Amino acid sequence: MNTQESQHIISYKMLGIVLAALLALTGVTVAVSSVDLGVFNVPVALLIASTKATLVLLFFMHMKYESRVIIVSFISAVVFLGILISLMFFDVAFRYFS
Amino acid sequence: MEKKIDKTIDKSIDKTGVRIGMWLFLYTEIILFGGLFVLYAAYFHKFPDLFAQGGKELNRVLGTVNTAVLLISSFTVAASITALQRGKKGQTISLLLFSIFCGAVFLVNKYFEWSAKFHHDIFPNSATLQDGPDGLNIFFGLYYVITGLHGLHVIIGMLLLTITLVLVIKERVHKDRFQLLENSGLYWHLVDLIWIFVFPLFYLVL
Repeated sequence: MNTQESQHIISYKMLGIVLAALLALTGVTVAVSSVDLGVFNVPVALLIASTKATLVLLFFMHMKYESRVIIVSFISAVVFLGILISLMFFDVAFRYFS
Repeated sequence: MEKKIDKTIDKSIDKTGVRIGMWLFLYTEIILFGGLFVLYAAYFHKFPDLFAQGGKELNRVLGTVNTAVLLISSFTVAASITALQRGKKGQTISLLLFSIFCGAVFLVNKYFEWSAKFHHDIFPNSATLQDGPDGLNIFFGLYYVITGLHGLHVIIGMLLLTITLVLVIKERVHKDRFQLLENSGLYWHLVDLIWIFVFPLFYLVL
C-alpha cells in the first residue's frame, strides 16, 4: 500500500564518521571518569552515554529516515522509562533520611 | 493456481509493518533493562560510596575494549545492510562474519572478566560478599544480573546474525528482501545501546 517505502541507503563513509564519533566519545567518557566532578559525575557520564545512544539510533538504526509511527512510539517508550525512573526517586529519596 | 497466489503474497511484504513489529519488541527489551536500571538507581542513591568501591574492582581496560568491540560490530552490521541494499553479496557476507566474530570476542573477554572475579571470591553468594557490606553485595548482584542478561542478548544476537548470514548465502535474503537482516541488525544495535549505558554505570562510577 505504501508506495514510497523508505529505502534510504547510508554510505560507508557516513557510517564510518559515526563510528569515529562513538569511539571518540567512549574515550571522553573514560577520561572524564578519572576526574572527580562531585555531584556531576553521574549526570556527565549519562549525558555522554545518551549522546552515543542517539548517534546509534539515528544512523545505525536508521531512525533518522524512519516513519513517524516508529519515531513517536520510540519517544513515548523512552518517556515512560523516564517517568518510571524519576517517580521512583519521590519514594526512595525521602525514605532513608537518617 | 495456489502457487500463483503464494507468489503474490510473497512479493508484497509490508516492509514498514515488519519494522514496526521489531521496534515494538525492542520497546519491551528497553523496559526489561530499564527495570534493572531502576534498581541500580535506587541502590546507587543509597550506597554511593560502596558502588564506587565496587566499580573500582572491575577491569576498566577490558570494559573499554568490549565497548569498542561492540561499537565496531554495530558499525559492520549497519554497513552490511548498506552492502546488501547495493546488491553486494560478498561484502555483506564478510561484514556479517566479522560482526559475529566481534560478538565472540566480547564473550571471551567477558569470560576472562568473570573468571577473575570468581577467583577473587566475588560472585553471588560468595563468602566475601555475604560477610561484606550490603551495598557491595547489591552492586555485584546487579553487575552479574545485568551483564549476564546482556551477555545472553549477545548470544541471541549472534544466533540471529548467523541465521541471517546463512539465508544471505542461500540468497533467500537479498537486495529486494532484506527485512530479516534489518531486524537482526536492529536487535544487535539494541544490545550495543544497552552496553553504552552499562559501561559508565558499572565500570566508571566514581
